[in-house]
Amino acid sequence: MSLLRAFLALLRRDLVIAFRRRSEMVNPLLFFVLVTSLFPLAVGSQPKLLSLMAPGVVWVAALLAALLSLDTIFRSDFEDGTLEQLLLSAHPVSVLVIAKVLAHWLITGLPLLLVAPVLGNFLGLPSQAMGTLMLSLAFGTPALSLIGAIGVALTVGLRKGGVILSLLVLPLYVPILIFGAGAVGNAAMGIDATAQMYIMSAFLILSLTLSPIATAAALRVSLS
Amino acid sequence: MIFGNFFHKMASPPWFYRVSGKMLPWFGGAFALLLLWGLYGGLYLAPADYQQGDSFRIIYVHVPAAWMSLFIYVAMAVCGVISLVWRIKMAEVVLISSAPIGAAFTFLALATGSLWGKPMWGTWWVWDGRLTSELILLFLYLGVIALHGAIEDRQTAARAVAILAIVGVVNVPIIHYSVEWWSTLHQGPTVTKLDKPSIHVDMLIPLLVMALAFKLYYAWGLLIRARSEVLERERNSKWVRDLLGEP
Repeated sequence: MSLLRAFLALLRRDLVIAFRRRSEMVNPLLFFVLVTSLFPLAVGSQPKLLSLMAPGVVWVAALLAALLSLDTIFRSDFEDGTLEQLLLSAHPVSVLVIAKVLAHWLITGLPLLLVAPVLGNFLGLPSQAMGTLMLSLAFGTPALSLIGAIGVALTVGLRKGGVILSLLVLPLYVPILIFGAGAVGNAAMGIDATAQMYIMSAFLILSLTLSPIATAAALRVSLS
Repeated sequence: MIFGNFFHKMASPPWFYRVSGKMLPWFGGAFALLLLWGLYGGLYLAPADYQQGDSFRIIYVHVPAAWMSLFIYVAMAVCGVISLVWRIKMAEVVLISSAPIGAAFTFLALATGSLWGKPMWGTWWVWDGRLTSELILLFLYLGVIALHGAIEDRQTAARAVAILAIVGVVNVPIIHYSVEWWSTLHQGPTVTKLDKPSIHVDMLIPLLVMALAFKLYYAWGLLIRARSEVLERERNSKWVRDLLGEP
């Protein structure tokens, strides 16, 4: 089997499994909506305050939703032994990791992207910033999945990996949060956000090239 | 190649244990002497700052601690590379023994900075670039310690931590400059400006002495931790049994 076919087969398999268990797909999305709707309840419903906070709130909620769903990248494959078979295959594990992360992003990241403008609207984010919000999430959430995959690969063998996973991964998410929320904030104030978007795309490329290698190495350690 | 030979031998746990036992008092003694010299110079001899008065003297703890917090993280990542590439067990031991010391220095830098910030900036904490990136560095250290504690098998734990340290060290500059870009209030570097440091020589010398003292403290603390880690790892081997006089 060629590498491309293996990549596509793995991608297809993960997508099929996800569509058979739709509730798992919906959970991160629900979490995203719920966390966002908690903020007005906590800080008050002044429209001015909310629209000022909107870029940060939406980004933090998206980041937490991404974190919550991370564990599903490798967990079930680890438990039923599929992961060991993947490591034994003739293809480079780092490429297979990209297929799995891509599938995971299509299932959990992409829906966040589509719902984000609705939530932005709830919080009174100016409509001129909606495009930037979606674009920044489009660059940011795949990078979140890629970086998070390293943390999942390191903790997949642990019974209580959840808390440690967030401790490992959240500090690494800081740059993406800063530039993602910064871009949306600029756009909301009518300032050009091109610089932040360039940096976001640089983060995406950097994590796409480096993190699968680290993830593959971490998987080998966890399964040794 | 005496130097290379030295490191080669250090990779052997019994040899490390013997030699480090002899080095320990020297590091400890040199640390104590330099600490006394640095504190005397910094707290008594150095002139008070024309703006900050005596409050500036906290830099003699704050700045060396901040330097060490970064230095130890880089040292951990280097050990991580060595342990993953050459599978040298001692590198794993050094890596994991460094983490709590590094976390302690990071915490010290944050705490002293906060103490200085109260009279100078009028607040214990500001969301300033350098403070925030130091705080995130503390989280990175705690992540390393937590991951090591969570994995039961020592071999697996050490290799997982090595990967995490390398991933972290790639991210530290990115995090640092992102946070710097995001907001900064902290004063710029005053010592490392190569052409003309904006710190007086009488203030600078105690600072450098303290920095050296902190490095020696790290070496001292590291050896103590590494020695007990080695004993624990090799507790079933013959040389440890011989050492303890067990049959």
